[in-house]
Amino acid sequence: MVAIAESRLPIASEDDIVASRQRAREVARQLGFGAVDQSRIATAVSELTRNVVRYATDGRGEVTIREVSRTDRPTGLEIVVADDGPGIRDLDQAMTDGFTSGAGMGMGLPGTRRLMDEMEVDSVLGRGTVVTVRKWRR
Amino acid sequence: MARVPIVRIGDTLVATVLEDLHDRDASALETELFGRLEQSGANGVLLDLSVVEIVDSFLGRMLNDIAVGVRLLGAQMVVVGIQPAVAITLVELGLELRGVRTAVNPDRGITLLRRLAAASGITDKIAGFGGSRGGNC
Repeated sequence: MVAIAESRLPIASEDDIVASRQRAREVARQLGFGAVDQSRIATAVSELTRNVVRYATDGRGEVTIREVSRTDRPTGLEIVVADDGPGIRDLDQAMTDGFTSGAGMGMGLPGTRRLMDEMEVDSVLGRGTVVTVRKWRR
Repeated sequence: MARVPIVRIGDTLVATVLEDLHDRDASALETELFGRLEQSGANGVLLDLSVVEIVDSFLGRMLNDIAVGVRLLGAQMVVVGIQPAVAITLVELGLELRGVRTAVNPDRGITLLRRLAAASGITDKIAGFGGSRGGNC
């Protein structure tokens, strides 16, 4: 298996949203994901990093992009978006289409889940939120 | 800022997005387009997204807003060249872009704009006729 170095990027401004989604797309392309999956992955990263810039304390966080492997799924891409913001008060509500706590269209988390194969959200009020998403190459 | 050149061809403003748009670029495009529409009196906007590889919920919402604004300024907008991968992503994301007219390429887009302009011309005539008749009664 070809090892591709893990990428870590800071999320502190709108510019980092673009830098993060471009890096994610590039890594996806290197891993052999097709055009549609590259679009899904880049868009998911755009949604998740924008949540950080818009809603986290001082709008700061970090995105980690890495190749992952599992016995049943040899090639995958894992993206972890972490912030030390206020956390999500009601995760079930945040995962419902149409819900928004800000100026968005309320499709950030549910929309992102549909774009990716796996998604986990770990949020602690007052501590922050870590969202992990994965896409497996078919 | 990303370059989104806007050129006027007849009654149409043609805006071509040339690179990945930052949020502020999308907002700047909206302001620029509305200003140009007001100055030029154009009745159509053709927005070419052929090279755009990502339309997330923010940009999708902006496209809806721009389409509504263009209509309020008495014109019509057609978005052309949405890539298949982008279209699939938009559907899965849940963004239908209901308020945005689209065409597969600039050629079809221009044809659609002409048809829309012709239809709105007829509507104007009907409204004018109805108005004058109303005045005579």
